[in-house]
Amino acid sequence: MDWDLVLTSIGPIALAAVRATIPLTLASFAIGLVLAVGLALMRISGVAVLSGIARVYISLVRGTPLLVQLFLVFFGLPSIGVTIDPWPSAIIALSLNVGGYAAEVVRAAILSIPRGQWEAASMLGMTRGQALTRIILPQASRVSVPPLSNTFISLVKDTSLCSTILVTELFRVAQQIAAPSGEFLLIYGVAAVVYWVLCTILAFGQDLLERRLERHAV
Amino acid sequence: MPSEPATVSEPLLSVRGLRKSFGDLTVLHGVDLDLFPGQVHALIGPSGSGKTTVLRSLNGLETAEAGTLTTPDWSIDLAQGLGRRDRTRLAALSSMVFQQHHLFPHLSVLDNVTVGPTVVQRVPRAEAEQHARALLDRVGLAEKADARPSELSGGQQQRVGIVRAMAMRPQMLLFDEPTSALDPELVGEVLRVVGELAHEGWTMAIVTHELAFARAVADTVTFFDAGVVVEQGTPEQLFDDPRSDRLQRFLRRLTDPLG
Repeated sequence: MDWDLVLTSIGPIALAAVRATIPLTLASFAIGLVLAVGLALMRISGVAVLSGIARVYISLVRGTPLLVQLFLVFFGLPSIGVTIDPWPSAIIALSLNVGGYAAEVVRAAILSIPRGQWEAASMLGMTRGQALTRIILPQASRVSVPPLSNTFISLVKDTSLCSTILVTELFRVAQQIAAPSGEFLLIYGVAAVVYWVLCTILAFGQDLLERRLERHAV
Repeated sequence: MPSEPATVSEPLLSVRGLRKSFGDLTVLHGVDLDLFPGQVHALIGPSGSGKTTVLRSLNGLETAEAGTLTTPDWSIDLAQGLGRRDRTRLAALSSMVFQQHHLFPHLSVLDNVTVGPTVVQRVPRAEAEQHARALLDRVGLAEKADARPSELSGGQQQRVGIVRAMAMRPQMLLFDEPTSALDPELVGEVLRVVGELAHEGWTMAIVTHELAFARAVADTVTFFDAGVVVEQGTPEQLFDDPRSDRLQRFLRRLTDPLG
């Protein structure tokens, strides 16, 4: 085993994780979550048009591969005169994707909050919006931590697909080192270990967060 | 203690012709009810008689198909549906204490009590907290202000529910079987608080199965059955001299469940 190559490759690969994979994940997750709350509210709005739009959107996102979604944004849109750089393309596609998946999580979490909570808020004279922001969403966000953590960890790994649209993230850097050296097993192994370390740290963080929230559970 | 004749003052709230159905099932067939200021009105009857639906309609938690709610200041025609302004008026008129307390589990006891006044009535935080602490102290829960609802006993939770309702400074308090979900040994502490509030002159409507309690604190008792008001009067009239078959049977069943 070529330890020198491992040592010289691990630096650039880890750096790519810090410079690209992590920011890409955080940005897409944040935007995707906002989108998800919006979609979830559309789904439960009781307004047929809104819930229909949300339903179709979620179905499209979940029914098509992320790789295809990335290609549509980066390679497809230029055909209609919309050219977007790799980074924004990646964030757009990942956000739209996370939004679709997380929407169902958020919706289920909102629906899991007992009716009595809505009634108590309404009894106090709160509007639906006030009840949602003060009473329902804070509780729903706790319920949705475990499933959303899974979405988040999946997203970390899914960012590797962005290598195909020229984003120099972790995996693309690994490819760039592996190709000239010919040490594919070694370099991709290093890349895999870096992903694994990232996800293990996140899983640990998820555990801590859940235990913190459990103390305040019902 | 004989109660004053209720008709001397104008009702705080008059309910007329309340009708409500769930699907094909009509649960209220035109109910009339008057709630007078400073009086305690007990609503009794078998389960499914509509008494809880009446109570919930007073606060807008149920939307009746027909009927009017009238106060000295306004009148709401329920057939028109409840608009934003109607809901604001109903929330200002009354606050409810639920059977299952429905406290907000993610908020401290203090925040449970202040969230209504600060968010809905825009009461300054410091003022709301001061009021909340005073009310919590009144029901013996001052030291629980920072606890979570889940850390309290059932009786304590229900007392916080009462304080949450009082903190809105409503014109009347509505109680929906406030002790039915409690362990028997916790019922007393809750009824004691309700009784004290009654003595202080709070206007109340209370759905209850605690007939001894109703007799002790209520000025007026209304007996519901199958969505209609069957009998109404003072506790003495209803409990000692029930006129209708249905009330006689109801009282017999409660005093002798096996009979």
